[in-house]
Amino acid sequence: MQKIIIIIAAMSTVVFTGAALGTSSVNLTQGVTDISQRVYDLHMVILTICAIIGLVVFGAMLYAIINHRKSKGATAAQFHESTKVEVLWTVIPFFILIGMAIPATTTLIEMEDNSAADITIKITGSQWKWHYQYFEHDFGFYSLLATPQEQIQNVSTKGENYLLEVDKPLVIPTNKKIRFLITADDVIHSWWVPAFAVKQDANPGFINEAWTRVNEPGIYRGQCAELCGKDHGFMPVVVRALPQEEYDAWLSAQLQHVAKEKQEEQQALASTLTMEESMALGEKTYIARCAACHQVGGEGIAGAFPKIKGSPIALGDVGAHIDVVVNGKPGTAMQAFANQLSAKELAAVITYERNAWGNNTGDIVQVSDVKPEAK
Amino acid sequence: MNTASATQDEHEIEHDHKPKGLMRWVLTTNHKDIGSLYLMFSFLMFLVGGAMAMVIRAELYQPGLQIVEPNFFNQMTTVHGLIMVFGAVMPAFTGLANWLIPMMIGAPDMALPRMNNWSFWILPMAFSILLASLFMEGGGPNFGWTFYAPLSTTYSPDSTALFVFAVHIMGISSILGAINVVVTIVNMRAPGMTYMKMPLFVWTWLITAFLLIAVMPVLAATVTMVLTDKYFGTSFFAAAGGGDPVLFQHIFWFFGHPEVYIMILPSFGIISAIIPAFSRKKLFGYSSMVYATASIALLSFLVWAHHMFTTGMPVAAELFFMYCTMLISVPTGVKVFNWVATMWRGSLTFETPMLFAIAFIVLFTIGGFSGLMLAITPVDFQYHDTYFVVAHFHYVLVTGAIFSIMAACYYWLPKWTGHMYDERLGKMHFWASVISVNVLFFPMHFLGLAGMPRRVPDYALQFADFNQLVSIGGFAFGLSQLIFLVVLIKCARGGKKAPAKPWEGSEGLEWNMPSPAPYHSHTTPPEIK
Repeated sequence: MQKIIIIIAAMSTVVFTGAALGTSSVNLTQGVTDISQRVYDLHMVILTICAIIGLVVFGAMLYAIINHRKSKGATAAQFHESTKVEVLWTVIPFFILIGMAIPATTTLIEMEDNSAADITIKITGSQWKWHYQYFEHDFGFYSLLATPQEQIQNVSTKGENYLLEVDKPLVIPTNKKIRFLITADDVIHSWWVPAFAVKQDANPGFINEAWTRVNEPGIYRGQCAELCGKDHGFMPVVVRALPQEEYDAWLSAQLQHVAKEKQEEQQALASTLTMEESMALGEKTYIARCAACHQVGGEGIAGAFPKIKGSPIALGDVGAHIDVVVNGKPGTAMQAFANQLSAKELAAVITYERNAWGNNTGDIVQVSDVKPEAK
Repeated sequence: MNTASATQDEHEIEHDHKPKGLMRWVLTTNHKDIGSLYLMFSFLMFLVGGAMAMVIRAELYQPGLQIVEPNFFNQMTTVHGLIMVFGAVMPAFTGLANWLIPMMIGAPDMALPRMNNWSFWILPMAFSILLASLFMEGGGPNFGWTFYAPLSTTYSPDSTALFVFAVHIMGISSILGAINVVVTIVNMRAPGMTYMKMPLFVWTWLITAFLLIAVMPVLAATVTMVLTDKYFGTSFFAAAGGGDPVLFQHIFWFFGHPEVYIMILPSFGIISAIIPAFSRKKLFGYSSMVYATASIALLSFLVWAHHMFTTGMPVAAELFFMYCTMLISVPTGVKVFNWVATMWRGSLTFETPMLFAIAFIVLFTIGGFSGLMLAITPVDFQYHDTYFVVAHFHYVLVTGAIFSIMAACYYWLPKWTGHMYDERLGKMHFWASVISVNVLFFPMHFLGLAGMPRRVPDYALQFADFNQLVSIGGFAFGLSQLIFLVVLIKCARGGKKAPAKPWEGSEGLEWNMPSPAPYHSHTTPPEIK
């Protein structure tokens, strides 16, 4: 009888602790999708089973430690095997495992069903940003860490969403099945939003699939989950889930904005940039997009990322310099920036690199130099 | 005195003759000397790898970048992992194997003594190369100890070739050590020592040695492909040339998962010696222990892809690897149950080795539970590459493998040195370690569940409190190991004289020899009843 009471007490402790865990910030999120809720339930079931087994095993051990000690005059028993007991504790865990495997299998099969999606978004990871492409609309954008360097370097106070904020979040509608096609440009990254229970590796040269259907509007934050180089820790994922009407409004505004940008780009071709203007825009662009590798002072990191300050490329032929920035250098970490920056930004950043930190070439690169085919 | 006996006397003397000073250690072919070298080297590497962990924990003490740059942080996590796996845990087990296996099976020495010398002495070379690469322009390896391509190929620092050669040499050393263990156990057991009479430490090491021989060449192949991909234009892991970066992970983990068991099976042997000794009761279920070890070893070849559930495998493969991984908990459970049954109705005392062994059972089991949780594919999508995983493998490797190694040191130190260690300091070391290690690793579970990825030098503000706690635990655990160093030095230099059998309940041939054990173990094979 006493034993039964102990067991009941132990089990209720587990259940209550479990309930407490469910609402605190030390446990897995329940998320905002049906799948993430099922994953959470599965997690809690297994955690509880483990806790109960642990209580039984450690309880038996503790009992022996307290009662079967030599200092209490315990003398050792002689038994050292029992086929019955040994078979029992091989077979019982086996059945517990089957009990765990059934819900795990059904959940997994549902998670891997990527069919019948309403919207498809291609996600491309590169060092150290995400690119989102809306398949149905021929429209996409990069999403970069928005936390300023001053906060990271402890110069200014850290904001509420420190390291979990981006310039342009991915926007999706709620209650729609969104299919993600996930890939990478350089190394392996991993796209993870805990609230959706979606974590999928982005493998260069291959495309992975995942999907989600978000129930509640909101902003959901995650991070790159696969070591992808120096700034792996500075590559957040932010997703805004909007009700369908708001999503539609957002999308049409974006499409208009893109059309306008294209127009402006055409006009910029004819314009002439001054040195002052170029250096200002160039510095801003450089800090945002180049400094992570080449460093703020252009000195690079010896053996890993080449310096720009005093380098033959920055001081030599302009055409070669433009080529390396626009088209990248295959087989190295140097990305092609043709689609990442506007022609004006490209021109400005190259001018900046050719005239900052004592690289006083005096060259001003014009938009038309960067996009010669558009002349 | 006739000629024959004179020759014999000289012979005897020659046996015990050893060069003085440094050359004794450089030229030695004696299993005890080589065992000591391995153990001392392993402890040195434990301190070096530990110092790197201190750098990591210091940087993570609070959010923001304070002490190191992200690139150097990545080098620290990478080299910390490599050193602890290949420099601390594996050589410690090889050292224990060298010291103990000949004594336990009634052999005079290891079967291949000259190779034994070489397999040790190439290790310091390997680690010198690895550590020197940190000082190269561009830094040392910064792609994680798992060195996933293409981060370790196209995007890796110039020093990658040094990393590759260092791993090659470590691999050769491990293979040679493993061959020596297999040959010794198969050929040099005393008459009457049948396989099913061998101590479990010998059994687990025999199985471990086969695992090593099977998978170290796979690691060698992996690093060679990394080398040729980076320097010779091959495309094993580059999609542009028809390769596949995920192929790397399949090959690496085909090595990597058995490697995990390489680092824990000998621990099972150690615990199976210590628990009965201090329970004064025979080990419960000896033969099921042997079968469980063998099944774990076999299953270890069928579960590698559970490290790769997020790489985009077909659902059938995910299910297969999930089921196989879950199965491993059955034989592992059998072991834990057997240990508890051994303690049950025993006559327990709690000297330092026993304390570490009990802590091993409890904390390793916690690591086993989180392992089971990680096996469940749908939930693994949430746990994968977070601090939950970091917590899991540190529970099995630190409070598992390393606690068992410490238990072994305390247990056999009297036999090795001829002196009792300082029990008060030993207990201090234990309590300091067991408390700090849990402050260090337990909150990591919460960090992982709350969403903190591993291998990041900086983190969001909601992780700040736990990280601070973890760092404090880390510093305390690091400092606690200095007590261990003091205990070891004190015990080597002197102390209470140890009898041949200092532990009342211990069993095995090594306790029939005087303490310290003579330079040559059983010169005539002992009788096994």
